[in-house]
Amino acid sequence: MTDKTKVQTEIDTPAAPVSPRRPSAKEKSWEENTLKPTLEKSPERRAEFTTISGHPIRRLYTEADLQDWSPEKDLGLPGEAPYTRGIHSTMHRGRLWTMRQFAGFGTAEDTNARFRYLLAQGQTGLSTAFDLPTLMGYDSDHALSEGEVGKCGVAISSLADMEVLFDKIPLANVTTSMTINSPAAIIWAMYLAVAEKQGADWKKLSGTLQNDILKEYIAQKEYIYPPAPSMRLVIDSFEFGVKNTPKFNPISISGYHIREAGSTAIQELAFTLRDGLEYVEWGMRRGMDVDAFVPQLSFFFNAHNDFFEEIAKYRAARRIWHKAMIERYKSKSPRSWALRFHTQTAGCSLTAQQPYNNVVRTAIQALAAVLGGTQSLHTNSLDEAWALPTEFAATLALRTQQIIAHETGVANTVDPLGGSYFVETLTNEVERGAWDYIHKIDAMGGMVTAIERSYPQREIAEASYRYQMEVDRKEKIVVGVNDFVTKENSLEILQIDETVAHRQAERLRKLRADRSQAEVERRLNTLRTAARGKQNLMTFIYDTVKAYATLGEICEAMRDVFGTYEEVAIT
Amino acid sequence: MPTKKIRVLIAKPGLDGHDRGAKIIARALRDAGMEVIYTGLRQTPEMIASAAIQEDADVIGLSILSGAHNTICPQLMSLLKAKGMDDVVVLVGGIIPEADIPAMKKSGIAEIFLPGTSTQDIIEFINKRLAVGT
Repeated sequence: MTDKTKVQTEIDTPAAPVSPRRPSAKEKSWEENTLKPTLEKSPERRAEFTTISGHPIRRLYTEADLQDWSPEKDLGLPGEAPYTRGIHSTMHRGRLWTMRQFAGFGTAEDTNARFRYLLAQGQTGLSTAFDLPTLMGYDSDHALSEGEVGKCGVAISSLADMEVLFDKIPLANVTTSMTINSPAAIIWAMYLAVAEKQGADWKKLSGTLQNDILKEYIAQKEYIYPPAPSMRLVIDSFEFGVKNTPKFNPISISGYHIREAGSTAIQELAFTLRDGLEYVEWGMRRGMDVDAFVPQLSFFFNAHNDFFEEIAKYRAARRIWHKAMIERYKSKSPRSWALRFHTQTAGCSLTAQQPYNNVVRTAIQALAAVLGGTQSLHTNSLDEAWALPTEFAATLALRTQQIIAHETGVANTVDPLGGSYFVETLTNEVERGAWDYIHKIDAMGGMVTAIERSYPQREIAEASYRYQMEVDRKEKIVVGVNDFVTKENSLEILQIDETVAHRQAERLRKLRADRSQAEVERRLNTLRTAARGKQNLMTFIYDTVKAYATLGEICEAMRDVFGTYEEVAIT
Repeated sequence: MPTKKIRVLIAKPGLDGHDRGAKIIARALRDAGMEVIYTGLRQTPEMIASAAIQEDADVIGLSILSGAHNTICPQLMSLLKAKGMDDVVVLVGGIIPEADIPAMKKSGIAEIFLPGTSTQDIIEFINKRLAVGT
């Protein structure tokens, strides 16, 4: 085999992981005597059935599909290895999942009001969406921020904004998730500074920082620095978190954005878990014991339309993580083995057409997440193919979760689908498909190398194009879009105008006038020097934040040292 | 005319990195026989206008999902005008509130394609528009 062909086989898409079957005599006789006459009389709706990801689905699943499957080894019991049935013995009977609606728009005042509204409606955790300038490390008054301030989330340029964002929200008593990646360490430092001001004990703070830079290179593309210094910042936050905030998850390893970028369910699972393994390896290389930091790592998955495929994905995720922790890293602590995850329903499944249909889609997706054993959940609003949600739409999305929790009865028993021939087979197949990808990425030398070779990016682009073509050819039906189309009236949506940018610019002008410029310069220089060395940067960032240096200034100081990243655009 | 391929510049302006749509359109137009140049992410209106001149583009396709269209589009349209590129067909795809569409069309944007548009509709639009235009 030449080198060239070796590379070729290494980077292709793994084959569909379909289970071999051994039908019983009874099943064979059913095929002959019952099925065959039916098919002769009336053929099925199509020749082949597949999931939304293109995974083949059989007519019927029986024990013939589960030949090598063992209920003891592969299913187990909830709260025990391999965690197929869930990570807690009582699951949602003990405690319902956290209802955590992602919110953020306009200025810190606007979002603070929405947070307090959602908490008053019975939401049990906060989740913060930041605007694009914040996500990219630019202040609201930077030239590149023009037109983007407060549009996709809340604009946060300094500790002063963060103080307003969490005003009158006791951080000791709520759990807060923050969707921020490249500047995660800075935003986290701001959060900790607000907590300190409120007198909250850091050891009791609970919440999650997204802080997953690998999926930024793969899918969401909100990166600033190259992979190595970005990974250093992530591992710095792990080290800091282990010591100072034992109840806070310093990362949420995210498949959500990978799926939104158009991946299949198997790709979402595989790339996310391989990202997770990459973080574990970098953490161990830093000298941390695997069981010292892995229990604080959390995950985040998408809930798409294909009900059973999604449920199989969550179940397989837990099984893969458990196996990897035991076999690859010799983990001794069950706290490291149990994969905890947040779920968000699929934004990319929402249609601009007939937007009320989105309520139905979201409810079914949320149901899959609950049946798959999620720890927390965000349900999308019906108007999100048009804009950020109105208060009406956001409330309806929260009510969807409350109806599932309190009216449907699905939370009354643990893993109600466990033992289903179909669900167990699909769980096996999704797991096998994910392992195939994980092994391919291992063979490339890990996820950072795979990203540099554009491997996951290309696989996702292929899957995304394949799906779009299926929709265009009506092989996959999207109700209201390529079938069942009606003429409709437009929807009332949330509009964010440019006054947000003006208010932010004014606030920044005042901040820069009121703070000690000398102290800011001194802190930024100290941070720059530390960044050139090998020290953990978290405390340097924390001190700089507390001097009211802006997010943009801090990111710029690190850009000076680390440089920036440009991807190779593939189409 | 049939010997010359339609040249399309697909651009992703602003800070947003959600490039699924831009990449699908780039590939679909290429598969339909057009010459497609994809700029990659984070292009300013100046960069897009210069690329359009350099690449001698017949069509510019902008993908905007972030709500920044009311800032980006007017800037690009006036730059194109200043550079004498008024004849380039500018298309926008993405998340655009219906209320913003009339003003965008008035500024010279040929069409706005909302979520759910099939790639075939966009291909047909471009083919028709350029056939009429020449």
